[in-house]
Amino acid sequence: MMSDAQRETGRNGSGRDEMTGAEMVVRALADNGVEHMFGYPGGAVLPIYDELFQQEKVEHILVRHEQGAGHAAEGYARSTGKAGVMLVTSGPGATNAVTALQDALMDSIPLVCITGQVPTSLIGSDGFQECDTVGITRPCTKHNWLVKDVNDLARVLHEAFHVATTGRPGPVVVDVPKDVQFATGTYTPPVDAPRASYQPVLQGDLSAIKQAVELMASARNPVIYSGGGVINSGREASHLLRELVDLTGFPITSTLMGLGAYPASGKSWLGMLGMHGTYEANMAMHDCDVMVCIGARFDDRITGRLDAFSPNSKRIHIDIDPSSINKNVHTDVPILGDVGRVLEDMIRLWRASSPSPDKKALAGWWEQIAKWRARDSLAYKPNKDVIMPQYAIQRLYELTKDRDTYITTEVGQHQMWAAQFYGFEEPNRWMTSGGLGTMGYGLPAALGVQIAHRDSLVIDIAGDASVQMTIQEMSSAVQYNAPIKIFILNNQYMGMVRQWQQLLHGNRLSHSYCEALPDFVKLAEAYGGVGLACSKPGDLDDAIMEMITVDKPVIFDCRVANLANCLPMIPSGKAHNEMLLPDEATDEVLANAIDAKGRELV
Amino acid sequence: MNAQLQPTGSAYFIAKETQKPEARTLSVLVDNEPGVLARVIGLFSGRGYNIESLTVSETEHEKHLSRITICTNGTPNVLEQIKHQLERIVPVHRVVDLSALAAERGYDKPLERELAMVKVNGTGESRVEALRLADAFRARVIDANTEHFIFEITGRISKIEQFIAIMKPLGLVEVCRTGVAAVSRGPEGM
Repeated sequence: MMSDAQRETGRNGSGRDEMTGAEMVVRALADNGVEHMFGYPGGAVLPIYDELFQQEKVEHILVRHEQGAGHAAEGYARSTGKAGVMLVTSGPGATNAVTALQDALMDSIPLVCITGQVPTSLIGSDGFQECDTVGITRPCTKHNWLVKDVNDLARVLHEAFHVATTGRPGPVVVDVPKDVQFATGTYTPPVDAPRASYQPVLQGDLSAIKQAVELMASARNPVIYSGGGVINSGREASHLLRELVDLTGFPITSTLMGLGAYPASGKSWLGMLGMHGTYEANMAMHDCDVMVCIGARFDDRITGRLDAFSPNSKRIHIDIDPSSINKNVHTDVPILGDVGRVLEDMIRLWRASSPSPDKKALAGWWEQIAKWRARDSLAYKPNKDVIMPQYAIQRLYELTKDRDTYITTEVGQHQMWAAQFYGFEEPNRWMTSGGLGTMGYGLPAALGVQIAHRDSLVIDIAGDASVQMTIQEMSSAVQYNAPIKIFILNNQYMGMVRQWQQLLHGNRLSHSYCEALPDFVKLAEAYGGVGLACSKPGDLDDAIMEMITVDKPVIFDCRVANLANCLPMIPSGKAHNEMLLPDEATDEVLANAIDAKGRELV
Repeated sequence: MNAQLQPTGSAYFIAKETQKPEARTLSVLVDNEPGVLARVIGLFSGRGYNIESLTVSETEHEKHLSRITICTNGTPNVLEQIKHQLERIVPVHRVVDLSALAAERGYDKPLERELAMVKVNGTGESRVEALRLADAFRARVIDANTEHFIFEITGRISKIEQFIAIMKPLGLVEVCRTGVAAVSRGPEGM
């Protein structure tokens, strides 16, 4: 046993290595640069919470549901480039974290989740609040650990941070039984490259990059298709991407996850691609002869019908994850490596080779793109009496673009409208659930972003259905004076579900109408925030300005047109050149857009 | 533009599989730690890959390394995915496609062996016949009384299959097989 005096010196941060498992957890967090974490206490993590109580290095943010902790940590991670950290108890604490873990896995977000576990002697006995946490989280993490010996704890925690943040980032879980938290052992500091079996390849193969540069120089109809990997690679990668675009003069489109890597105001910007992408972006993808995919993964929302995907192109694919290459779409020039490093080499080789691209062909390509752009695929019918959801996002953008603004979203129509109509100029400003499509992501994510950026304007563009999935985190926002703005495009429907029912199921709106919506203004007030409502286009600007000015969490109930559809759209089963455009999408066309076979597949 | 709508696939497009599935034997070198086998098996079931046979044992005790041999089948695309997805697992050191390696070096297949223990009950003529056939297959008797034999047989999968088939009418009671262990021919390691 240690004397109290010994304990005391340890806590004061001297070089002492002997400490309890709970102390190790807090020490390891601090040693890995953690300043904030999100969590919820419970029986199996009380020793760690007791240590948190007695220190000031790591600030703990108390959420109201473990899923909220996960999304908050994701928002924190996405907006800072650091790992997000969450701490939850065993059993239900861990199972509630699963949605956030899978979300982080699919969007490659570095997330370290520490879970409490019943004491090792009780594991397998169906103890109170016991679950097989490592078993349940194995498929939804990049890696996970159950620590049974306190002397392994520090090493595992450091390794967890290393695995979560390097290579293709992702979520990890460290499951710590309660007796291990109480036990005393030796703390070891972080080391570089802790595992022989885990060595991500960062540097791209130069001959492959050279081949890519040659292919790009010969392109007549090129397009750059960038994704979330550019954001994950760090700020420098976004700078290099911009440099490459300027250098080559190629048009660029991006996935939902990649928005902001290239500025929306940039002259080569085509807008987002995919199911609800712009006509020009999708047509350019379809008709291009050379496609440069940078940190994206040919997701099914991007490619549409695979056998008609970009039929005449040679494809270059830069990715840090070898399993992403050739997974859905064949690649001619695969380049394995970190986007930033590969782009650096690519730009250097491009300069050194002083290429002579076919200027005439490129000019013709841009003319073609201008024609596609002139179709104005994001057009919508303005309305003087009712707020159109697109208009609401446009006004929100105009009134917040000159501020230090971060945007999160939930999932659905509002998310797509936000992606289409909010212009992102910088990376890390856009937090959304892309791969998993988690309704309820945006509110806690906004909390996480606000904790990381205290003085910034953080707005969750939400839907009336999604926001209710994690509405309880309003309480956390109020507790921590996090003045997040929840801008609800309220159409009283699960809008995207309703849209698909219109498209696929004869407009039979089965359970997609929110019959009993709360009074969002009163709800905000009940939580101790501020509620605002607006239903007239003429009042919208003033109301948005009021929302921005209030220094408290705000729920903004923006009443929008109920039955607006999110267009353009590649209907299910169609190719990039078969988009439904807003000016053609009459009710009749919508009803017949997808045939029986497409309906089955969705 | 909407006039020329094509027959549909989907945003979740299910393409008709035109490639033929191939059988492969993979060697996977992993850190021997709790859950590592569950990770490998979970990957196969979670992503819908096939496992025909799987064997695992620690092969380097000082380094705590285990070697997993997996017989699988799939189209070339799926096989490439299997390899890369396995490599993504943190405790996996290396994945070697032994079948591809054998083909590269001009062999038909890698060296593959399996061990089976085969229990056969019988008396009279069938008992004598079982023993005679076991001898022909170079199977050893590892347990016996007046009513039964337990044979131990080692060899290629086809030999084991054949032996089991022959024993069936002679009073086969049960079989236990280890699954395939495989190495590449030649002096090089994996």
